[in-house]
Amino acid sequence: MALSITSRDQFEVYRFNPVVAIAVPLLAIFVQAYLPLKLSFFNIFDLPLLVTIFFAVARRNPITGLLTGMIIGLLQDSLTHSFLGLYGISKTVVGFAASSLGVKIDVENPGSRLLMATGFYLVQKVVYYMVARGMARMDLQLDLPHALGAAVANGFLAIVLFSLLDKTKQRS
Amino acid sequence: MPPEYGSSAEGFFARHRNSVVLAAALFVQIVGLAAQVKAPVDPRHPESGSARLLRVWTVSLLSPFERAMVSTGHWLRGFWSGYVDLRSVREENRRLHEENQQLKIQQALWNQDASQAHRLQALLDFKQHFIHQTVAAQVIGSSGTETSRVLYLDRGSRDGVKPDMAVITPDGIVGKVSRAFANTSQVLMITDSTSGVGGLLESSRLHGIVRGTARGDVSLRYIMQEETLQKGERVLTSGGDRIFPKGLQVGTITDIARGGDGFYSLTLSPAANLNRLEEVLIVTQIANDNLTADTNEAPERAAEMLAKRLPTVRKSPESEPKAVAAPLEKKKPATPAARNLAEPKGGSTQQQVKQTSPEKIEEQPVR
Repeated sequence: MALSITSRDQFEVYRFNPVVAIAVPLLAIFVQAYLPLKLSFFNIFDLPLLVTIFFAVARRNPITGLLTGMIIGLLQDSLTHSFLGLYGISKTVVGFAASSLGVKIDVENPGSRLLMATGFYLVQKVVYYMVARGMARMDLQLDLPHALGAAVANGFLAIVLFSLLDKTKQRS
Repeated sequence: MPPEYGSSAEGFFARHRNSVVLAAALFVQIVGLAAQVKAPVDPRHPESGSARLLRVWTVSLLSPFERAMVSTGHWLRGFWSGYVDLRSVREENRRLHEENQQLKIQQALWNQDASQAHRLQALLDFKQHFIHQTVAAQVIGSSGTETSRVLYLDRGSRDGVKPDMAVITPDGIVGKVSRAFANTSQVLMITDSTSGVGGLLESSRLHGIVRGTARGDVSLRYIMQEETLQKGERVLTSGGDRIFPKGLQVGTITDIARGGDGFYSLTLSPAANLNRLEEVLIVTQIANDNLTADTNEAPERAAEMLAKRLPTVRKSPESEPKAVAAPLEKKKPATPAARNLAEPKGGSTQQQVKQTSPEKIEEQPVR
């Protein structure tokens, strides 16, 4: 696994067809809402998060990345019973961080994708719990072993998902 | 060569554009979140907040696809089972002929039982019709997150669904309607950490509150540690929450732990299979008798218990009328929730009730 630190010029910056840019996040949210009804374990995955990371890293633009994260997070919030903004804030942070990271390191190989998705899952979890407990006064508990397991599972799913989504990339 | 900026503010924004946009995006969301926390629209639903529009848009956007997926799934299942049936129809036909012969013999025996069953069924239908009015609904989606355990149903306010209606299956309760949109409704499951249901232990008649946990389990709280419990005991709805009809199955106790607060920490296995829900019933109307049974009893018992503790003039045995025993006997099935409320620490009323029913003590296991 190689995490090479290089200048921004050495990395490709990708863009996406507008249909893809809209349809893929919506499809991710739809699948995330529907599949747990059939496969209850699917709840541990966070497809909207992985899609946020993918678009943020591919575009390598922090502003686009954070806006993508914010929109996806708010849509995800609107399906929950909780306050709007919990996932919005956490995915905004992830989108910004992922695109900033994409500028600095090579995130194209499976190893780095595994580490990146695992790490950002935990970042999102921590930000979510901090905001939920600190601002919304929600009685949540961070189950660390469960979160670590879910993070690794999301990391492996990211390898598969990102390789599929690579086909939608267009060179900028 | 570095770019030249017209003013220092412009230069600052140009240099820190990413950070400024990030701060702005977070600020807007934090303000929005704070507004929801501080000013809930409906005091009964403090989490519902004021941003209903985005929820309506998202649900309206996704629910047609979810309905289509559910319908397609049913069609495919029907198509496949039809295909399989067709292949095996010849074999099935031969087997049915044999079964038919046997069934004719059994039919004569069952005719007698059937007439009785019809009568009982008619009674049951009558009772169900007048106790609850329900709407059948299909589960079409979920929140897809572990932090918010909600379901989406294909029935909404146009079908008479309103917030705070109970959602059940024949096996047990599922949750309550938290939001009703036009054609869709959101159900807060009993496994969600913000949910709460009045619970009642079936055999000991102790009252508690059924709550979800962060891990998606169901627990029963506020049962005092001086009570005797056993694993496998069933938990029913108490009706005290005025949402769920009394006596519906909630689950069974699978784990008993003692908390540091003087209460048990009881883990339940839900009676309904909450991981595989397809069709549910929304209770749109409950008979008042069903709900108020407990609430009517409580004040009377509380007053009587208080009267017992007041100093009274001791009467001679012969002067005590025997009729007094009757109302005391009537209090035997008194629910311990009222006892917990009236005397949360002492538990003397508990002992009084146990003294009146020694056979109950013998049945219970040693703690």
